[in-house]
Amino acid sequence: MSLWKIAWRSMEQRALASWLTAISVAFGVALVVAVLVIHSVVDRSFRRGAQGYDLIVGAKGSSLQLVLDTVFYLGQPVDTIPYSYYREFTEGRFVPAVRVAIPICTGHDYQGFRAVATTPEMFDRLTYLDNRPYEFIEGRNFYTENPFECVVGYTVARKLGIKIGQEIRPTGQGQVGGAVHEDEPFTVVGILAPTGTPNDRAIFLNLEGFFQCESHVAGPSFEEQVLKDTTFSASGSTVSGSTPSFPADSDRPTEPAEIRSVEESSSAKLNAGNEADSAAKINSARDPASAGEGAAGHTDGHSPEWGEACTHHDHGHHDHGHHDHADSDEHRRLSAILVVTDIDNNAQLAMSLPRVINEEPFAQAVHPARVIAELFDGIVGNVQLLLLILAILVVIVAGIGIMVSIYNSMSERRHEIAIMRALGASRSTVMAIILTESILLSLGGGLLGTFMGHTLVGFLSPVIAEQTGVIVRAFDFQLVELVLIPGLIVLATIVGYLPAVAAYRTDVAKALIAAP
Amino acid sequence: MLELQEVKKSFPQWDGTRLEILDIPYFSMEAGEQVVLVGKSGSGKTTLLHIIAGISRPDSGYVRFDGWDITLLSEAECDRFRAKRIGYVFQTFNLLPGFTALENVLLSMTFADGWPDKARAKYLLERVGLGHRLTHKPPMLSVGEQQRVAVARALANNPRLILADEPTANVDTGHQQQIIDLLRETCEEEKVALLLVTHSPEVARQFPKIVRLEEINQVGKRPIMEPVDHQVGS
Ligand SMILES: Nc1ncnc2c1ncn2[C@@H]1O[C@H](COP(=O)(O)OP(=O)(O)OP(=O)(O)O)[C@@H](O)[C@H]1O
Ligand SMILES: [Mg+2]
Repeated sequence: MSLWKIAWRSMEQRALASWLTAISVAFGVALVVAVLVIHSVVDRSFRRGAQGYDLIVGAKGSSLQLVLDTVFYLGQPVDTIPYSYYREFTEGRFVPAVRVAIPICTGHDYQGFRAVATTPEMFDRLTYLDNRPYEFIEGRNFYTENPFECVVGYTVARKLGIKIGQEIRPTGQGQVGGAVHEDEPFTVVGILAPTGTPNDRAIFLNLEGFFQCESHVAGPSFEEQVLKDTTFSASGSTVSGSTPSFPADSDRPTEPAEIRSVEESSSAKLNAGNEADSAAKINSARDPASAGEGAAGHTDGHSPEWGEACTHHDHGHHDHGHHDHADSDEHRRLSAILVVTDIDNNAQLAMSLPRVINEEPFAQAVHPARVIAELFDGIVGNVQLLLLILAILVVIVAGIGIMVSIYNSMSERRHEIAIMRALGASRSTVMAIILTESILLSLGGGLLGTFMGHTLVGFLSPVIAEQTGVIVRAFDFQLVELVLIPGLIVLATIVGYLPAVAAYRTDVAKALIAAP
Repeated sequence: MLELQEVKKSFPQWDGTRLEILDIPYFSMEAGEQVVLVGKSGSGKTTLLHIIAGISRPDSGYVRFDGWDITLLSEAECDRFRAKRIGYVFQTFNLLPGFTALENVLLSMTFADGWPDKARAKYLLERVGLGHRLTHKPPMLSVGEQQRVAVARALANNPRLILADEPTANVDTGHQQQIIDLLRETCEEEKVALLLVTHSPEVARQFPKIVRLEEINQVGKRPIMEPVDHQVGS
């Protein structure tokens, strides 16, 4: 008969005490498992949340706030940047460094879910997690030319019971429920397949329709006024300056030297930034031949000159002939631009892009992955470490429970041990039997606890999904859980040692004579 | 086969002096011999059996078993020796309550060489008339049945000697003879020597050789320094 069997029989004999101690271990292990699984899944999901793009470009300010708002649709709304700045990525200076740039505007809600205005490229050209393309379980992506189309994330559709064809009216954040504006509603044309990202919990509006809603248009703020005066003098300086850089037409050869010159020109422009007049002069000197080229292929319904409107922003302001476009453009605000840099073709330009953006006064570029990692390691990670330590303490206390339980049973056990010794069991054998029992109790408790922990995760997963959009499956086993096995064996050996030594020291002759 | 020489055993007392129990100049048994050991209660019979089994060590003297001096063996060797050569039947049966009858027999084999012979365990239990009680745990068995399991367990490892310490004292009178017969028969069959302690003259009478502890033990023949009992006379 194996030691396991002998130890098992001994546990059976004290079934109640054995169960109680095993269950106390199970509770501790369940906590550890729950913390580990949630930690790891949340960690992974948080870090993956922003996959599919390298940079978020948004208004200067807190990078964390920008990431929370853009990636997780959490926290306070961020400042906005003018739509015209987005053009720098699609037809302006930054084109050579950019593969995909998606404008988004957050700040609206629909029945507790975020409404995000964007372009169809969000789903056509971006991916999520490990390069998975977005899919629609129902319907299709919205079309740019149908301004009042929208698609909804999987969770939103499920929670609100949204169907294709339904019309929804998002409200501005802070607006009271009754104050739904009287603009045209958006028609749901598609429901996204579940992604396990925060996008499951958002509604995506066509940016075009969004901008057409009167209530979204606000008068230019002071900061915008400043931007208007300064933003696009950079493109002017490319022409008037010594070295052209980040040219509007991406056909031009791009060399590292150009990037550097961009920095130079942008810092030069920074100095002269507030002098609106000089900037305007520079801009007016711009070669008109390159204007309007970038409009090709765009279906946003603007006149062919809108490229001009972009680069001649302030110019347009003065020139009443351009008033319509310039005016609509200047009231268009974005909360962020999601940028996939063209790291394959223009590695150096792509890599210096965030620096260039950040050195200019207009916007900031953040690496979401980095900000998320910092957030996670700094706050969430520490909270979870604390929880993990507490959970481990619970396991240790449970382990001490094993020790107490076995030690308490030693008086009745001493006689059985003496019998085994009389039958020829050695001291080390009876010691091993006790240790085996301790290990069985803690491993059994561990197994039970692992199951309980995953069940707990299963129960918590709707709450986690609700709060963060992260989907945690009950039986998402983590590799680190394997550490539990040697960990529990070590714990069991330590706590079993004292009773095992007591067994080892049992005086057989005395214990045999003592009444059973 | 078994030979004791100048074996002395004493126990420490609460006042620091030692209580002498045994002082046996010579005692021996032949292979397959059946001997009954009788003596007053507290005279040291159980202590003697413990010394023969290697459970207790004598203060001095030799215990030779098949040529081995077990007093010279290390404790672990002594345990193995006991497991392989000696079967023990206790007054209180001392079956392990958590294990079935069969497992109690197998357990004994496990401690001997780790390879329990299930067929032999079953055979032995059938031999003691418990073929139908293999999976019963001791609390489910009658006292007579429990002691029969203990006999089967003692025989499990083909021992050379069975030590039976008042095996019938806790068995109802109706079954006492059954146990004695069983022990004597099986020991004969398996060619095992038997040293049996009893207080019962009827049992003792059946054995070809009766040893009175008082006769071989020098302690009883000298005036014993009884511990002072302060209660006496008051
Ligand atoms: N470990 C011990 N420590 C101290 N004294 C002991 C110890 N074991 C036995 N004794 C004492 O030794 C004496 C002999 O005990 P033992 O059990 O050998 O007697 P016994 O002849 O078997 O008696 P009984 O017929 O009642 O079983 C007793 O007085 C007992 O109290
Ligand atoms: Mg006795």
